Amino acid sequence: MTGQLDQLFVSLKQWLVSFLPQAAQPMAGILLSISAIIGAFATMFAITTIMERKILGRIQNRLGPNRVGPFGLLQPAADGIKMLTKEDIVPFAADKLVHFLAPVVLIIPVALALAMIPYGRNMTAVDLDAGILFFFAVGSATELSVFMAGWSSQNKYSLVGAMRAIAQMISYEMPLVLSTVSVLMMAGTLSLPLIVQAQSGYIYEILPRWNVFTPWGLAGFVLFMIAATAESNRAPFDLPEAESEIIAGYLTEYSGFKYALFFMAEYWGLFAVSGLAVTLFLGGWNAPFPFLQWVPSWAWFFAKLGTIIFGFIWVRGTLPRLRLDQLMNFAWKFLLPMSLINIVVTAMWHFSRVFQFVGAREMRWVLCALVLAIPYFFLGRALGEGRPAKRNYKFAE
Amino acid sequence: MHDAFFYIFAILTVFCAVMVVANPVSRSPITSAMFLVLTITCMAALFVQLHAFFLAAVQILVYAGAVMVLFLFVIMLLDLKEEERRRIKAVSAGLGTLAVGSILFLIIKSTLQFGQAGAIPPHTEGSTASLGKLLFSNYVLPFEILSLLLLVAMVGVILLSKKDLK
Amino acid sequence: MDSQLTQYIPILILLLVAIGAAAGMLIASVALGRWANRGRLQNRAKNQNINTPYECGMIAVGEGNTRLSVKFYLVAMLFILFDIEVVFMYPWAVVYRDMLKTNGPVILGSMVSFLGILFIGYIYALKKKAFDWKS
Repeated sequence: MTGQLDQLFVSLKQWLVSFLPQAAQPMAGILLSISAIIGAFATMFAITTIMERKILGRIQNRLGPNRVGPFGLLQPAADGIKMLTKEDIVPFAADKLVHFLAPVVLIIPVALALAMIPYGRNMTAVDLDAGILFFFAVGSATELSVFMAGWSSQNKYSLVGAMRAIAQMISYEMPLVLSTVSVLMMAGTLSLPLIVQAQSGYIYEILPRWNVFTPWGLAGFVLFMIAATAESNRAPFDLPEAESEIIAGYLTEYSGFKYALFFMAEYWGLFAVSGLAVTLFLGGWNAPFPFLQWVPSWAWFFAKLGTIIFGFIWVRGTLPRLRLDQLMNFAWKFLLPMSLINIVVTAMWHFSRVFQFVGAREMRWVLCALVLAIPYFFLGRALGEGRPAKRNYKFAE
Repeated sequence: MHDAFFYIFAILTVFCAVMVVANPVSRSPITSAMFLVLTITCMAALFVQLHAFFLAAVQILVYAGAVMVLFLFVIMLLDLKEEERRRIKAVSAGLGTLAVGSILFLIIKSTLQFGQAGAIPPHTEGSTASLGKLLFSNYVLPFEILSLLLLVAMVGVILLSKKDLK
Repeated sequence: MDSQLTQYIPILILLLVAIGAAAGMLIASVALGRWANRGRLQNRAKNQNINTPYECGMIAVGEGNTRLSVKFYLVAMLFILFDIEVVFMYPWAVVYRDMLKTNGPVILGSMVSFLGILFIGYIYALKKKAFDWKS
């Protein structure tokens, strides 16, 4: 019974495909999984927008949207209809074709990235040998789309926003990619389903063997999540769209459904990178405890994904936006050296496996944690600007 | 099936490459850069058909991602209107045609002389693991020299762009 | 067409589906927007400023594309250099644990010296204030 529930979607697909002639079956299977992914994440996008507004509302001590439908749950539908019926406004000086193509170009990499993630046992639409490398390769196309949007609008704010966005994306792509290297060293493969498989099993039959429960895994997870926040342009790294400084950055000249597509692609990018974090560090679709294995694998994946997205929303509601020079300093002077040190620590961790004396396991833990903690402390100190000067509030007292 | 894919992507590659240098519609450097991205992506597809999967991914990651961003930033340093006004000179067009023509001649001549290359072995070692095994057993020294090359490049670019600041 | 190449067929299909769906939705929404606003569009005078660039209500002055600072070029160049480093780190990471059993010192030493040489460059860039966005 649990096995059937686990493979529910796989068998559903096989059952649907079996009605077709033999020759068309592989193609139909591919199309079916692609449309399932697109449909599922379009729905998830709608749910996430409403939940984000509700949660942000609660954080800021207000109710959030509550007028359309029960508890305001139909708000995304209302927004969608509004976006669809908006007049399409294009600046007269704009490069019309590039202006039109920019949101289309953004959808491609995020859709491809979503297709590569293993959502459950045997549930990977595109299973490549070099999966994670392709994930980052297609991700680099988002920079191109941002540039197209900013440049074609012929608006100074758009261009500044696009340039900021690209500079930020390329600066944070380094720690993002480097923090995954330690996971690859553990799994010895670039294929995402195999990385999930490498994290299955339990230590002492009870503790999960996820990467996040090792010193390098924890450090890598934190670095990855920070870089992922910046990569998907979310608060506190939402400088490219800093609405109080440069209107909406590269999105300024976009209205109606083009804007909606950008918005959706941004959320899809967030889902993709969160899904990658779950796959690499949180054990993918593996259950946290052996006695919970009866819950279907895809349910575990989406539960973890939901938790990470809730974390993103929480961070957005809590932290103020960074300044551009702080942002750049943080990427190049803190995250990059820390992610390189993390790789060295992982190399040490595997290298020290040869030592077999009593307490070697504990010593390895302490040593690796120390090698990570000391540079963390000093790099963090170097990053700060010292104590802020004492301020005089003339009228506030 | 395999051949059909090859021809589709080969023709696309050549078409986009021609559009990079000789776009009849737009003289904007940005348009050229966009077509360069398409060229690179089509070449990655050709690499996939040669079983060089790692190379294909790296092609997109480094060229379509990083090098393209550099090109775009450099283009934004230029005065775009000036670039668009610039006409194609007869001399440079003639020289370019001559260069392309002679390379084409060489290729055709050598193909005719030596015949077609034999079919490639079905499993060229293109996977990441086999590449890594080779790189870190037989080619450790070139790998280390490469790090020196990267160091020189880093020093060079910093010297170039930070020259005016002491 | 062997099994390794067929892995890439879904990518091609997804590419076409994504382009088609996005472009189709956009064209449909443009048409729908024109239909929904047909009354307003008919009454609008030709010289209204709705199509001018939106720069906080001010009338836009000068070119939309200004020239940019050389700082961006520096960041992009450093990004390429570290990107190439990553390209070599991926195959290393994949074979690391396998080769540790047979040839441990070489596999660890090669990457440590590679990183060491790059670290010199990193320190140089740090001292030359290449990473400082101010200035």
